[in-house]
Amino acid sequence: MENLEQLAAEARGKIQAADDSATLEQLRVDYLGKKGQITALLKSLGKLSAEERPAAGAQINVVKQALQELIGQRKQALESAAVEAKLAAETVDVSLPGRGQSTGGIHPVTRTIERIEDFFSSIGFDVVEGPEIEDDYHNFEALNIPAHHPARAMHDTFYVDPTTVLRTHTSPVQVRVMETEQPPLRVICPGRVYRCDSDLTHTPMFHQMEGLLIDEHSSFADLKGLIEEFLRVFFEKELAVRFRPSYFPFTEPSAEVDIQCVNCGGDGCRVCSHTGWIEIMGCGMVHPSVFESSNIDPEKYSGFAFGMGMERLAMLRYGVNDLRLFFDNDLRFLEQF
Amino acid sequence: MKISEQWLREWVNPALATEDLAHQITMAGLEVDAIEPVAGAFRGVVVAEIISAEAHPDADKLRVCQVNAGDETVQIVCGAPNARAGLKAPLAKVGAVLPGDFKIKKAKLRGLESFGMLCAEQELQLSEASDGLMELPADAPVGSDIRDYLKLDDHLIEIGLTPNRADCLGLRGIAREVGLLNGLEVSQPAIEPVAAVHDDTLPVELKAASHCPRYLGRVIRNVDLSRPSPLWLQEKLRRCGVRSIDAAVDVTNYVLLELGQPMHAFDLDKLQGGIVVRTAEQGESLELLDGQTVELSSDTLVIADHRAPVAMAGIMGGEQTAVAAGTRNLFLEAAFFAPDRLAGKARGYGLHTDSSHRFERGVDFELQRQAMERATALLLAIVGGEPGPIVEALDEASLPARPDVTLRAERIGKLLGFELPGADVERILTGLGLGVSATEGGWVCSVPSWRFDIAIEADLLEELARIYGYNNLPITRIQAGLSMPAREESALSLRFLRRHLAARGYREAITYSFVEPKLQQVFDPDKTPVALANPISADMAVMRTSLLPGLVTAVLRNTNRQQPRVRLFESGLRFVPGAEPGLAHLKQVPTLAMVVTGQRLAESWSAASEAVDFFDLKGDLQSLLGLGRRADAFSFVAGSHPALHPGQTARIHLDGKEVGVMGALHPSVQRELDLNAPLFVCEIDLAAVTDGALPQFSELSRFPEVRRDLAVVVDNSVAAAQLIASVKDAAGEHLTDLRLFDVYAGKGVEPGRKSLALGLVFRDKTRTLEEDDVNQAVSRVVEALQSGYSAELRG
Repeated sequence: MENLEQLAAEARGKIQAADDSATLEQLRVDYLGKKGQITALLKSLGKLSAEERPAAGAQINVVKQALQELIGQRKQALESAAVEAKLAAETVDVSLPGRGQSTGGIHPVTRTIERIEDFFSSIGFDVVEGPEIEDDYHNFEALNIPAHHPARAMHDTFYVDPTTVLRTHTSPVQVRVMETEQPPLRVICPGRVYRCDSDLTHTPMFHQMEGLLIDEHSSFADLKGLIEEFLRVFFEKELAVRFRPSYFPFTEPSAEVDIQCVNCGGDGCRVCSHTGWIEIMGCGMVHPSVFESSNIDPEKYSGFAFGMGMERLAMLRYGVNDLRLFFDNDLRFLEQF
Repeated sequence: MKISEQWLREWVNPALATEDLAHQITMAGLEVDAIEPVAGAFRGVVVAEIISAEAHPDADKLRVCQVNAGDETVQIVCGAPNARAGLKAPLAKVGAVLPGDFKIKKAKLRGLESFGMLCAEQELQLSEASDGLMELPADAPVGSDIRDYLKLDDHLIEIGLTPNRADCLGLRGIAREVGLLNGLEVSQPAIEPVAAVHDDTLPVELKAASHCPRYLGRVIRNVDLSRPSPLWLQEKLRRCGVRSIDAAVDVTNYVLLELGQPMHAFDLDKLQGGIVVRTAEQGESLELLDGQTVELSSDTLVIADHRAPVAMAGIMGGEQTAVAAGTRNLFLEAAFFAPDRLAGKARGYGLHTDSSHRFERGVDFELQRQAMERATALLLAIVGGEPGPIVEALDEASLPARPDVTLRAERIGKLLGFELPGADVERILTGLGLGVSATEGGWVCSVPSWRFDIAIEADLLEELARIYGYNNLPITRIQAGLSMPAREESALSLRFLRRHLAARGYREAITYSFVEPKLQQVFDPDKTPVALANPISADMAVMRTSLLPGLVTAVLRNTNRQQPRVRLFESGLRFVPGAEPGLAHLKQVPTLAMVVTGQRLAESWSAASEAVDFFDLKGDLQSLLGLGRRADAFSFVAGSHPALHPGQTARIHLDGKEVGVMGALHPSVQRELDLNAPLFVCEIDLAAVTDGALPQFSELSRFPEVRRDLAVVVDNSVAAAQLIASVKDAAGEHLTDLRLFDVYAGKGVEPGRKSLALGLVFRDKTRTLEEDDVNQAVSRVVEALQSGYSAELRG
């Protein structure tokens, strides 16, 4: 029986050393197969006495089972090593960039317009657009700006002919809305507008957003509340807002709205010309003559309108320092949005 | 409007620092644009008198002056040409600091010591330029600090007035506002009538009373215009940005600034007969004060004498009758010209004057007599003379109407959103000069002659809100009924399309709606675009009929900046003129355009670099068209376009109607524009893309599909889309999918022909298809292709 111990030790050694599944299978056949050495020992039990046989048989079976287990373990180890090796070979550099089309982007002015549209449409304003080549009536007359009104001089109008202009503001869209719709009205009108002016801080084309609300009971206090709330959500921060009396022929009372400078927090800097305030929009209560030109009864209805420059808001929001970049379409600029 | 703070404080002096005063009037609607000190920062400068001025022994241009500085006499070496004995001038003593932190020290000039510096206005930053020492009046007290003497601790406050506030185009109006805002009385200078000492007048005839309802004139004889305006007057003018000319002009300018009444002084001896206020006659011209001669149009109001026009009324006086050095006798004018008649006239002549600015906006029509008396008194005090009586020509009926305005208390609450106590309403309106009488439920207000912007109730509400303070008004949240808006599900939003294009690598561009006419013509030679009458520049002169010229320019700008790979899109209007001119025939069409050039993909480790081609852009476009669920309704038909490659141009049709175009830029255009690489462009009516279809469910088949592949050889001229349509027709109802998986020309296919490989997929919803069903369908297809396209089956 020393033989058994020796055989077992030899078999364990070989199994541990086997480094592929074929060798392992051969070892199984050699020791545990029909003609294997352990099998042979079992077969030789017959030569022993009946007293010795059970004990010897049990000893051999223990060894046989142990070897079977060992082969199983080794087999599993070899298989998992093979899988690991395969996975290791398939490793990629996950830090390499992905394949395919790069991502483009939306123009910052559009981005600004869309954001503002979202704020207002969430509280029931419709988005309306209008023509950019406009007649004198809608751009001026219906807005209480008759010919030779001094306010016209402030508009630097592009003319196509004496009665046709490139709209100088988005306000004509509110006239068109009032002509066709009945109050209550809540609309915003974004779009391109044109002024014959070009220098560091003016481009001959820019974008405005006009807002109009008409209801049976809307007041200047409502206007203030709406504008303040809008400015807060637009800039995503609490900021001081002030309303200054101003003049637009189509609103009365009229106001300019200033915000605390978002660049310096009101301390004064280049952006706010060291005043701490930035002029951000114009607004006011709809002028009774504008109501009259649209056949809306100013005794029954009241309303307010506001207008703001999209480029200005985009500049303040994203820190753009040169207006002209918006229309240069330089990819290095566009890629930042 | 520029005013001197000190001058304002002579009228009304609130206990407010300069900044706070500026803030207060800004918040009342008189926006302060700038506050500037009226002199530079300097100290140690005194009034000094030159006792003697001798030539410097070693320098031609220098003088050696003995100067009385009050407490001592010092030697100053000076280069100013007007340095002379007896002159009083500012002296910066040793130790003085001039603007720019320039310290005055003892110095030696050509060997002679100088104990300070005699100053010109420019050196004290009192003016932009000067040609010699500042000459102070003979009575200037020697030794006194020049800052105290000239009251230089003053600010220029520049107010950007809105066009409605003509009443504040004079100090009087601003003082009225400041007084009301601070609850202070305004102390107006006393203006007393000046008694006539002779009866000389010039007759005045109003021939155009609707233009000029009131005209006042006065003769002043024997003035001495060699006497300069006093320093205080010159200083006030200077601080308001007006240059001193002579006493007559200075006084009229002073009254303009103080009261807001533009005036004019004529040389009486150059006027003939009398004054006629009339419109110009055909062919008349006038030489203006600024030296130019203008042809007068017949709608221009002129002041004429009995011979010819002598002034463009309310705009500018004439050169021939102007006050000059030798003038002895004056004719002063103070008139009211109707704003609506004068509006735009100055601009028509390319003019804009202090006078026209005020008359166009509205001058107080009750002010003329006061202004005349004020000017007379000032003139007499400066240049002497003998005043005659004031002649006034008046057409009362043509004066502006000032109907009373009713204010209802309840409208304050409704429109401003708060209750203002009646006492405050009355205090504010009265303070503005309105006559206020209470009625049941409100007030009736009379409007003063200086307010041209108060005609209706809303105007009064604005005044109340303005003086009460916009920022003191309450804030409320709007209230409205909630209702769900209609949203058409099949319509795609532009913002959805933009996101889609961005995800496919496009960047949104915004280009100008006006383009260069030449480039516009390259893309659309058949149309005459809408041209601007006053373009900002020649390369922005016409309205685009296509988005492509602008986008191509944007591409070019980028490729010129070392950005060879460009993918841009833009949405916006194009302006398509109709058959006839005029706005009614013009179409303003919302349009979407895309352009690509350079490599298909950004340079990368993972792909070989390949240039984009027609089908890259078409793929992007089709992906966009697919969003609306009706990709099949679009067809791409070989076509032509003046700016595009003749072999790579497709007209895009939707349900048979043309909605767009796409293609490669014509190589010659590409060359002309200096573009290095091919550029692919497309442009499509936005509505065609956004009009989508609702999804419509169709039952899924439980039975297997059968696929058959066919390769057919046809002439190159056969359009794949057309052939596919024929295949679909012939294959019958079981064909559920058709794929074109290869297009081949070359070896094995005869020249002029191409091989198309088609994968046909068949399926039925109710049963498994028999071999026979499929075979029959394929035979029909083959037959149709053979007969319709001379197709041969390929092995």
